Amino acid sequence: MQKSRVSGTPYIDNLVARRRKARLFRTLCAGVTWLGVVLLGLLLYQAGVDGIKWLDWQFLSSFPSRFPEKSGIKSALFGTLWLIALIAIISIPISVATALYLQEFSSKGRISRLIELNISNLAGVPSIVYGIIGLAIFVRGFQLERSLISGALTMSLLISPVIIIASREAIKSVPVNIRHAAYALGATRWQTSWSHVLPAAFPGILTGVILALSRAIGETAPLIMIGALTYVAFLPAGPMDAFTALPIQIFNWVSRPQQEFHELAAAAIIVLLAVLLVMNAAAIYIRHKSEQKLK
Amino acid sequence: MVPLTQKMTLPEQVTSWLMSDARTQTASEASAVGLSLKKGGIRWGEFAIQSSLGFCALISVITTIVIVFVLATESYSFFSDVSPIDFLFGTQWVPLFEPSSYGVLPLLWGTLVITFGAAAIAIPVGLASAIYISEYASARVRTIVKPVLELLAGIPTVVYGYFALTFVTPVLQNILPGLNVFNALSGAIVVGIMILPTIATLSDNALRAVPDTLRQGAYALGATSFEVTTQVVVPTGLSGVMASFLLAISRAIGETMAVTLAAGATPNLSFTLQESIQTITAYIVQVSLGDTPADGIAYKTIFAVAAVLFLLTLILNMLSQWVLNKYRAEYD
Repeated sequence: MQKSRVSGTPYIDNLVARRRKARLFRTLCAGVTWLGVVLLGLLLYQAGVDGIKWLDWQFLSSFPSRFPEKSGIKSALFGTLWLIALIAIISIPISVATALYLQEFSSKGRISRLIELNISNLAGVPSIVYGIIGLAIFVRGFQLERSLISGALTMSLLISPVIIIASREAIKSVPVNIRHAAYALGATRWQTSWSHVLPAAFPGILTGVILALSRAIGETAPLIMIGALTYVAFLPAGPMDAFTALPIQIFNWVSRPQQEFHELAAAAIIVLLAVLLVMNAAAIYIRHKSEQKLK
Repeated sequence: MVPLTQKMTLPEQVTSWLMSDARTQTASEASAVGLSLKKGGIRWGEFAIQSSLGFCALISVITTIVIVFVLATESYSFFSDVSPIDFLFGTQWVPLFEPSSYGVLPLLWGTLVITFGAAAIAIPVGLASAIYISEYASARVRTIVKPVLELLAGIPTVVYGYFALTFVTPVLQNILPGLNVFNALSGAIVVGIMILPTIATLSDNALRAVPDTLRQGAYALGATSFEVTTQVVVPTGLSGVMASFLLAISRAIGETMAVTLAAGATPNLSFTLQESIQTITAYIVQVSLGDTPADGIAYKTIFAVAAVLFLLTLILNMLSQWVLNKYRAEYD
């Protein structure tokens, strides 16, 4: 570089090298990003190719079996639907109430700061630890056995922090003059919260709820801990029944050595990802709509 | 102009109310009526609602207390059988067979190998992606790549386990003949891919929060885009970037299904990445898949190792919050 200096100031000469470095850096960053996206796309494509040939009505409407060609995800699909319904019923009211309390009712003192810190730490606890707690408290402590309700309660503990944090953000972003207007007309805190703040925060809360529930759909470890069974050849009739779920079924099939079961797992993954994609698309759509409305 | 008196005329009902009820009440009756307007008076309905909302908020505190309580009591009963010294410094983890040995170091080592391997992949790649999205990409590319990354962050971990077994490991076996079906390398790579979107999206948020005036100032001084990024933007957003690293690492430590499927179930203190290892999380899964009697010592071991896991992730999460608060740069 020293030799190439023919004329002009060293600064200008340096600029060429510096610009080259900048271009190189830019290319590197772009390349790495696209590489990551393409790699993940490739993995998903691979799963799609492996699984698509097994994906038919028979697969969706059969119970699992020792024979791959007779196997299906009927019980897993119903287990997942049951689970999501129960989790939603348990976790949404409690989490939204918590967010409302922290944002609208509590005095911003030491205790509410403690609760906030506590919630953000709960959000970081590994899912398998929730599984162990669920095993100790719900399965063994409350004698709920290895039932849907044990799984739903455990998962509700797991996703509540996520819903609380998202709901608080949504409630926080409601303009303060809406509250002032309500108070000025003589509304109580609860009337203000219920009739004005919550409806305004609704899209944000809904987005958070959908994302949290889609996390719950994919969680495997806590369900394995509380002992969701892998071979379930019946449909659960109530919350106290044993169950299996899509991710458990996938885990079971993947951990078998035979190629056919791996392909069954790929087919189940397609179903799981399709459900997640629809939920995420709904969340993005709602967010988009509410952003437009605010503008 | 309308005369003031005419404007002030009240409807007849109101005037009659003023004349009759309120005016003729005794002092005690007046205070009973005025209760709902009196400052500091208790509205019971409101109070009940507020209390029940407060109770919901308490549930999160109770959850934490229960987690700590369960892990502590079960670990305590484990440590009445096994000395904590043997647990923390023992190099053999053979809990399910005789002669048993309860040294947690092999499990901890397995967890650390996976975590460091994953971080070595995900931190540079994730940061580079974040820089690309926030500094270089056009608005159109951004609106495509960002949601895709967020979507990828939501893929269940069991799916990554499938990728590890059916794709990553076979590819690696082509490159490194003699590679075990279950190996640490494949686990680390897959966990790295898994935490990558977390780092990329959170770091992108942090970098985008850096005010444009700082960039423009640096460009005005003649800096290239490389210099602006590495010497102005990244240092300014460093707290958020570091927090995203710590969060991702804590996710890698707690990650269960992908490592169970990819890295196998052999507690191993070796330094090679080509063999099967076992992480803390994979051990917990192994125990719960077998039919372990609830009163046996094997059942208690999962609480002891889960306590270790809980403490590790708790420390990392606290650290990441501390970094965020301590080094938050304000440029308003």
